[in-house]
Amino acid sequence: MLTLQFVPHSEIANLNSEKKVQKLLKIVREEKIILLEGKLYSNEKSDLIRKTMEQIDDKFKGIEIEELDTESKDKAFFNKVRTIFINFILGNRRGLTIIGPATIIKEIKKDPDKIQLFTEEIRKKKKK
Amino acid sequence: MGLFDGFLKKFLKNLFKKKGQIKLGIYGPPNGGKTTLANKITMDWLGEEMGSVSPIAHETREIQIKEQITVKSKGKELTFNLVDTPGIATKIDYEEFIKAGLEEKEAKTRAKEATKGVIDSIKWLDDMDAVVVVLDSTKDPYSQVNITIIGNLEARKIPVLIVANKIDLKKSDVKKVQAAFPQYDVIGISAKVGTNIDGFYEALFKLTNR
Repeated sequence: MLTLQFVPHSEIANLNSEKKVQKLLKIVREEKIILLEGKLYSNEKSDLIRKTMEQIDDKFKGIEIEELDTESKDKAFFNKVRTIFINFILGNRRGLTIIGPATIIKEIKKDPDKIQLFTEEIRKKKKK
Repeated sequence: MGLFDGFLKKFLKNLFKKKGQIKLGIYGPPNGGKTTLANKITMDWLGEEMGSVSPIAHETREIQIKEQITVKSKGKELTFNLVDTPGIATKIDYEEFIKAGLEEKEAKTRAKEATKGVIDSIKWLDDMDAVVVVLDSTKDPYSQVNITIIGNLEARKIPVLIVANKIDLKKSDVKKVQAAFPQYDVIGISAKVGTNIDGFYEALFKLTNR
């Protein structure tokens, strides 16, 4: 059975990078797939990779991570300004991040407006 | 991390603190061709190879350094210290190495060393003056590993050149790499065959403002 856990932005917004990464990895290590509201900053993502590497062993093989943008691709000047303003106000709250254990998620494909998760079971069925 | 490890790292980093030396890092996901490119550069200008390459991922598991490489092109000269880094990944599965033909013990050791290699690569990001990000142009460029590497370099204001490697392969799609990172210079090469290596050296001069 797959378990998805939604993590609202408000739940991690006030945490520093270390605490944020700790919280996310704890959920992943419970074999749950995280649907995180918003996106992580680059330094947070590299911290997440670093911490993941520290925890890899025979059972925990690492993570899969992907982001989905909800920002408009509209190139019009006023829409761009509006996007910059909203980002300034909301921070990294826009978009969606999926993080899951690599033992469950084998591959994530972005299309770029939709995300496909390929789990271990789906891949086995495909091979049959 | 042990005291000796910390001391060794500090010592190695201090080796590069000499004035006027550019540290050129080679970064990217595993099996993109980082060491193949590093070998091409060191063979061309030093006459020796930098490291071993393998079809099995994570062949480079330690930071490799070659000092004082001088590239000459069209009357210009560029001297740098080349830093070849282990591939950055979000997952490492020793069973994949067993499938590739390694014994279980060897596979587990390789996985352990590879995780340490990824951590070292990330730690060394701060020390680079310029970075060449090597991507396999036959693969999807929009991976979070690629985005994270480039995002971290951008945040540190480190100049970046993206190499779309393996253009000798049929599935290669340099335009897709360019479309993924439109704000960066992207150059298509084949480090293995040597295609467009002169173009790559020219791009290095531009990257380092020479």
